Amino acid sequence: MTVPITLLGLLEREPSHGYDLKRDYDAFFGRGKPLPFGQVYATLGRLARDGKVAAGEPEPGAGPERKRYVITEQGVTEVAAWLAEPVEPEPHLQTVLFAKVVLALMTDRPAETYLDTQRAAHLQRMREFTELKRTGNTVDALLADHGLFHLEADLRWIDVTAARLDALAKAVRS
Amino acid sequence: MSAGQEDALVQARGIHLSFGQTPALRGADIAVRAGEILAVMGPSGSGKSTLLHCLAGILVPEAGEIHFAGRRLDTLSEGERSTLRRDRFGFVFQFGQLVPELTAEENVALPLLLKGVRRGEAVARAGEWFERLELDGLHKRRSGELSGGQAQRVALGRALVARPEVLFADEPTGSLDSLTGERVMELLSTAAREHGTTVVLVTHEPRVAAYADREVIVRDGKVTSLSHDRVVV
Repeated sequence: MTVPITLLGLLEREPSHGYDLKRDYDAFFGRGKPLPFGQVYATLGRLARDGKVAAGEPEPGAGPERKRYVITEQGVTEVAAWLAEPVEPEPHLQTVLFAKVVLALMTDRPAETYLDTQRAAHLQRMREFTELKRTGNTVDALLADHGLFHLEADLRWIDVTAARLDALAKAVRS
Repeated sequence: MSAGQEDALVQARGIHLSFGQTPALRGADIAVRAGEILAVMGPSGSGKSTLLHCLAGILVPEAGEIHFAGRRLDTLSEGERSTLRRDRFGFVFQFGQLVPELTAEENVALPLLLKGVRRGEAVARAGEWFERLELDGLHKRRSGELSGGQAQRVALGRALVARPEVLFADEPTGSLDSLTGERVMELLSTAAREHGTTVVLVTHEPRVAAYADREVIVRDGKVTSLSHDRVVV
């Protein structure tokens, strides 16, 4: 999750204090990894420096950091552009697994066993996401679904690779 | 810890079975603990459905042993195995395989009627499953008047109404879309856990297997255990 653009997006709803932004970020996007206050204010400072938000005057009696932030036109444009841009597809895990499988075959190690171990780890994570879906709210369930579909795609790749290990072994050992 | 021999409710040891010249099972070993939901995964043609049919006493292996509740199952007569299946096992298959002439309610009541339960009581007990399986108001429908997901939930009710010790489910969501399939699995796993029903679940879908406590994979007629106990999150 890109923190600056997310905070900017949250600010587009309404002018907010840093505390409110942190609370909403943690609720919707933090997922067990809360945003430190320091990062919130450092990010807001950079966004203000770049002209994407404007900081209000410190509010009386509320401490030095008690400012209300407002998104600028430039900020709104950036949020709109970011939302419209498709996310880069990420085949990273597959690349790591592929490297492991190829190296295992090259070094006469049990590639199929490694794939089975990975399959078990993926299925265990899928069980955890499934449990989250059973017990969580709508936001939890949708995030869990996202994870489940990604893990499922990896598992399909693991299945296909396992089925073609002999052919792959010939290719990498030749 | 995976299921050991000492605490297994259903167990296969070194079973072999061929169809003609084609070997389906080649020394398969598996142990299913009482009360667990076990997913049996594997590619098409790997032997996973054949394994389920052997564990359930539908097929008899050519070699090896099947045990259920400490009793040898594969040496029983066809009649004895039939009684065992009727009285202690439940079944769900890919396509609900409901009796088309019967209403949904009568389909669910069928296992009870076959066990000799009086019709009124059987229908009443069947009716209890309708709300639970989100089938309210569908009691009198026939299979042709039900959607795929509804028919599969009726089949699930029929499989569970007689409180079987083991539920054998062979691709129970295979004919359903993803969301409907997940709902069926949610209902199946919840009911099984509530009643302590042991479930042997054959599936090639990871999202379905994720409802199980653990999984094994069948490959070339043999079984590989993948993971250990369910980790509560």
